[in-house]
Amino acid sequence: MRRNKKLASIFAVSILALGATACGGDDGGSDNAGDGASSGGGASSDVKVGMAYDVGGRGDQSFNDSAAAGLDKATDEFGFESQESEATDGEAESAREERLVTFAEAGYDPVIAVGFAYAEALGKVSEQYPDTHFAIIDDSSLADSPNVASLTFAEEQGSFLVGAAAALKTEADHIGFVGGVETPLIQKFQAGYEAGAQAVNPDITIDVTYLSQPPDFSGFGDPAKGKTAAEGMFDGGADIVYHAAGGSGGGVFEAASEAGGKAIGVDSDQYETADDSVKDVIMTSMLKNVDVAVYEYLSKVADGDFPAGQTTYDLAVDGVGYSTSGGQIDDIVDQLDDYKQQIIDGDITVPTEPTS
Amino acid sequence: MTPRMTKLLLGLSAPVLALVAAFAITSLVLLIAGDPVGGVWGEILSVPEGRNIANIVNSASVLYLSGIAVAIGFRMNLFNIGVDGQYRVAAFTAAVVAGEAWLPGYLNTVLAIVCAMAVGALWAGIAGVLRATRGVSEVISTIMLNFIATSLVAFLLRKAAVREEGSNNIGTKEIPEGSRIPSFSFGDGPGQEIYGFVVIAVLVGVLYWFLLGSTRFGFDLRATGRSTTAAVASGISVTKMVVAAMLLSGAVAGLVGMPLLFGESYTYGSTFQSGLGFAGIAIALLGRNHPVGVAIGALLFAFLNEQSNPLQILVGVSPDIVAITQGVIVLTVVVSYELVRRYGVRLEQQSVARALESERAQREEVTA
Repeated sequence: MRRNKKLASIFAVSILALGATACGGDDGGSDNAGDGASSGGGASSDVKVGMAYDVGGRGDQSFNDSAAAGLDKATDEFGFESQESEATDGEAESAREERLVTFAEAGYDPVIAVGFAYAEALGKVSEQYPDTHFAIIDDSSLADSPNVASLTFAEEQGSFLVGAAAALKTEADHIGFVGGVETPLIQKFQAGYEAGAQAVNPDITIDVTYLSQPPDFSGFGDPAKGKTAAEGMFDGGADIVYHAAGGSGGGVFEAASEAGGKAIGVDSDQYETADDSVKDVIMTSMLKNVDVAVYEYLSKVADGDFPAGQTTYDLAVDGVGYSTSGGQIDDIVDQLDDYKQQIIDGDITVPTEPTS
Repeated sequence: MTPRMTKLLLGLSAPVLALVAAFAITSLVLLIAGDPVGGVWGEILSVPEGRNIANIVNSASVLYLSGIAVAIGFRMNLFNIGVDGQYRVAAFTAAVVAGEAWLPGYLNTVLAIVCAMAVGALWAGIAGVLRATRGVSEVISTIMLNFIATSLVAFLLRKAAVREEGSNNIGTKEIPEGSRIPSFSFGDGPGQEIYGFVVIAVLVGVLYWFLLGSTRFGFDLRATGRSTTAAVASGISVTKMVVAAMLLSGAVAGLVGMPLLFGESYTYGSTFQSGLGFAGIAIALLGRNHPVGVAIGALLFAFLNEQSNPLQILVGVSPDIVAITQGVIVLTVVVSYELVRRYGVRLEQQSVARALESERAQREEVTA
């Protein structure tokens, strides 16, 4: 019995230790965050920006990093003071709330919540602190609050263009989509991609897979799963696969490289950030410029204006788009820009929910 | 010093030793990382404000239920790692049942909670039956059941989900207002509210204490945990006890998500708190499976979590440092209890030796 108990303790401790080391990994990133608490650049200002990241925080090479880039640019340019805090995995709802309250209490104004997970907490906190200004990314459920700016993106429009690009480039008339987690947000990517591909070729075959279902969010950080899913599509005859799966996308690139196919990146220009060995397979990337949204919001703040309500970053304001690094789609840029113009003009309305 | 006093002092010295060691080690980590040691402890050990106290008590109630669920298994020498899966399956079920509101008002609440306990018990019962009839280690089966629970809930959530306009969050239907469990307010400030479910958590603790200490079942449970062979010899059916203990552990695990569900979120969605089952393991270990010990452990963990939240904003140190402290506390608790136990044994041996010595001396005097 004693042995069993010991075993139990060892187990529990190693679980905790694992947790601790995993968190230790984050530590490096957040140290930088601590250093970030200085006013930068030439200009100076008494605006204090609070930035509440989602799980992963600065350094996740994805969504949070993009928001951080926008913050850095703004603090450099306008001389804001800024402070950052990130969510821990498995934290209570009250912890998210407390993070926003701490910012508000410490005089940070505006406070930017990165990610839709903050929506509920922000709903409560924005009422408690009516004099503090908040912004939230990827959520518009608080668009009616007088002190909340909702920064959302027309992911479906950017996805439409890369869908069209895939349909123009495919030789098999067979393409694929790998979504990270089957949330309404990622379904927008799917809907746009399908619409874009079908606009070029109504008979095209499109495989769709999601890596996990909410509340399991592992699909955003599991390259092995991404690789398996993409391998299945390449084996089945697809030759281009678009991923909207955050960190799992690395696996999609690997699968494309091994199968001799092509892949489409997401959020940032992944041709620039991916490993050299898979660079060549990244035909283009769907750009979701969270940094632009954060920067623009803060530049308005610098002018003394705190916007509220919903701002959608779409093709018209270059909030979303596609990348051309690598030169692989240079020959179809004209066609894509034509689609882009049609969307901007309202001649094409891109659906936000998949038809199937 | 009377033997009773010695025992009490020894009992107290173990956790104190553990805490002091944990604080020292954490400080060392902070020093090495070049972070402000004083600032960090100043923030963590500052007096919590009203809303923070509410958060601490609230999250402690959740951790307490999880700790008790694990402790029931531990008492029987069963390592129920599956509390994590059990509470999620149960919380989802309760959220759906309460959201559908087949019954009016609090009847709906009661039905949902009973369903949660039943589902939690069933989920744990699978591991119990496998262990009892096939000898499958409950460690393995509950880990597997955790994975299955994750996928199952994810799959079902998509079927049951409703979505608010403009939100990227999905969740079950909201529980109607009449079926929510009201909170106690203890101040005027915002957030100074304690879940009504805290009362039920305390009741669970009392029941656990009564069941273990004062009933035949509790005696059988502890006896089987201490020695299976002795239990069999005294006529206890071990198979039955294994299943019963897992069912009970699972039923309590089913309650873990209830304070959150009926006191805060009113829906089970993508932002429902995860990982509570694993925290429960650490807390049960920390509290030595004792109802009061587990409560202290839960409060300590909740306190550390809450107080560490503003660290990054106010001191510029990642709150992850507290995860290190918590891990180290569990480690030092295990070590220090063992050290104190050995010290106690040595004290006893010494006193026995002294008694024997004086007896021998007396005998020699008599014979001399």
